Amino acid sequence: MKPKISLNSRNLPTLVTLGLFVLMFGVGSISFSGFLAPQNFLNLFIDNSYLLILGVGMTFVIISGGIDLSVGSMLAFSTMLSSSLLEKSHWNPMLVIPVVLLSGVALGLLMGYIIQIFELPPFIITLAGLYLARGLCYVISIDTIGITNQFWQDAAHAQVVLIGGAFISPSVVIALVVVMAGMFVSRSTKFGRTVYAIGGNEQSAILMGLPVARTKILIYVFSGFCSALAGIVFTFYTLSGYALNGANMEMDAIATVVIGGTLLTGGVGSVLGTVFGVMVYGTIQVLIVFQGTLNSWWTRIAIGFLVFLFCLMQRLFESRKGARGRKRVPPASAAAAS
Amino acid sequence: MAILKSLSRAKIFWPIVALAVLMCFNLFFTPNFFRVEIKEGHLYGNVIDIIKNASPIMLLAVGLTLVIATKGIDISVGSIVAISAGVVAMLIGGDLQGVPKYPIPYAMGAAVLVSVLAGMWNGMLVSRIGMQPIIATLILSVAGRGIAMVTTNAMIVWLYAKPFALLGQGYFLGLPFSIYIVAALVLLTALVTRRTALGLFIEAVGINPTAARFAGINAKNILFGVYAFSGLCAGISGLVVCSTVMSADGNNAGLGYELSAILAVVLGGTSLNGGKFYLLGSLVGALIVQTLTTTIYAFGVPPEIAKVVIAMVVLVVSLLQSFKFRAMVAGFFGKREFSV
Repeated sequence: MKPKISLNSRNLPTLVTLGLFVLMFGVGSISFSGFLAPQNFLNLFIDNSYLLILGVGMTFVIISGGIDLSVGSMLAFSTMLSSSLLEKSHWNPMLVIPVVLLSGVALGLLMGYIIQIFELPPFIITLAGLYLARGLCYVISIDTIGITNQFWQDAAHAQVVLIGGAFISPSVVIALVVVMAGMFVSRSTKFGRTVYAIGGNEQSAILMGLPVARTKILIYVFSGFCSALAGIVFTFYTLSGYALNGANMEMDAIATVVIGGTLLTGGVGSVLGTVFGVMVYGTIQVLIVFQGTLNSWWTRIAIGFLVFLFCLMQRLFESRKGARGRKRVPPASAAAAS
Repeated sequence: MAILKSLSRAKIFWPIVALAVLMCFNLFFTPNFFRVEIKEGHLYGNVIDIIKNASPIMLLAVGLTLVIATKGIDISVGSIVAISAGVVAMLIGGDLQGVPKYPIPYAMGAAVLVSVLAGMWNGMLVSRIGMQPIIATLILSVAGRGIAMVTTNAMIVWLYAKPFALLGQGYFLGLPFSIYIVAALVLLTALVTRRTALGLFIEAVGINPTAARFAGINAKNILFGVYAFSGLCAGISGLVVCSTVMSADGNNAGLGYELSAILAVVLGGTSLNGGKFYLLGSLVGALIVQTLTTTIYAFGVPPEIAKVVIAMVVLVVSLLQSFKFRAMVAGFFGKREFSV
């Protein structure tokens, strides 16, 4: 069944993001020779596969009206744990991967549990999670741990060749599987619909008899799982574990989700939008590399500016909705502005 | 007993108890913790160092206290610190003879001005466009570090202009100069918020912005003002940070400061739910964070692991603020009432 595509506030942001991506890629193709190559397009996925995975987890959290600041640190912890288990303890890779993924699930479960049971703001609890995971990295080691394990080496250097000689890495395959799973779960499962319901109005969701408590905890478990998986994918990319990996990456993840059209007040958004958000993010980076004279820090400024534009757009939609009397009253700021 | 009861009701009581407990712990377990010597006419010692090292966080915490009182948050302060440090360093210039490119006061003024503009940007997004505070300030926290790096051409700028070192390293009447900056800022802020109705207005906006507006308070301008003020505080903090190390590193200056400052404010008794604020509490909170860090260092634990301890503190403090948790504890001890 093909969903009817209509221009409303729900899918307009996603379309705008897609349009922005096409525009930016087009500008790059016209300005720089060699930009419009299939491999250059696929590199967007290869270089940002970990961000894609983080983004999927973060999308669920933000749709539910929460936030998860721990993802960058959790990614770093995952790189440290996997590299140390592989290189120092010489564990079998087939054992390392589940253990690392479980560590992410455990942190997510802990944070989700505290947020739900003690009714504490996700912002603060995941902030503690950020500190905790980052600190645990240093408990493992202060130095970089290189990975020489054969399985990891193979995963890093393997290429999945597509038609025309262009290739993607196994990481991209993993990321795309996560994206597909995310899209399926958010659209077609009870869990996914409950996430939207919580984001729309938690009180109503409870009154409707939806399993709000369980779902909210599971959202953070899923985000923790995604960040641990992103960490493993990150080690496929860098072949090392380092405690400073992924500093500020939570901000990048949130930014790509917002650029992808997910409302930060919760209730509206899509995993597909986040994919476009990551592609826009990647294209900005590539454009700056191709341009050559701008220093790479302009990426951050450009991302900040885009987040600004998208938030502005969201506000316009929200105030229009508010005029129809549907909107719930958000914190201090919004009410003051009305 | 009655005095004790009224004392324990004061919001600042518990932060001070926490600080005292930490200090007592150090008294027994850290040798020479309280020794203060006089060298070259200055006071030296762990305690003095704690106050000195805590001053950048204290400065941030003053601004953040008012922001959090309006039920807002400002996560861009760390980036603004980096911008302020970058601007002042570029204007003074890395001349090896210590000859500043522009007069030092002008350079400092410009850095603070840029920071206030950054704060006003946040304020505009929150008060006029109506974005959620965490998102509005997220923008600058992402872009700000980029701006700082672009300001310094992605290099670490080293400064050799001696007079500028006074701010972060100098002493006045035997005490670190930065303490006087903190004291002046807090005094001014306390005077303006507590001796006029401004403090009440800020709290009113934090409790219920709509009600505040109906009561005739210009909520938009109050919000705009607190974010601009937070930018000002971050700017001053940036000057102190830059002067302490005599360099500006756009990548690392003020990194993670926003989190420490928020922790300081929360430890000081100001709730993230807004509505009440305690300036002195925030200062005590900043001292607790710094004492904790120093204590951990004194035990020879790698500084990085201090983060784990701080995470635990954040967790415990949030649990204590949770109504449900209190109810659970109260139920556990079989009391009807549980008051903190």
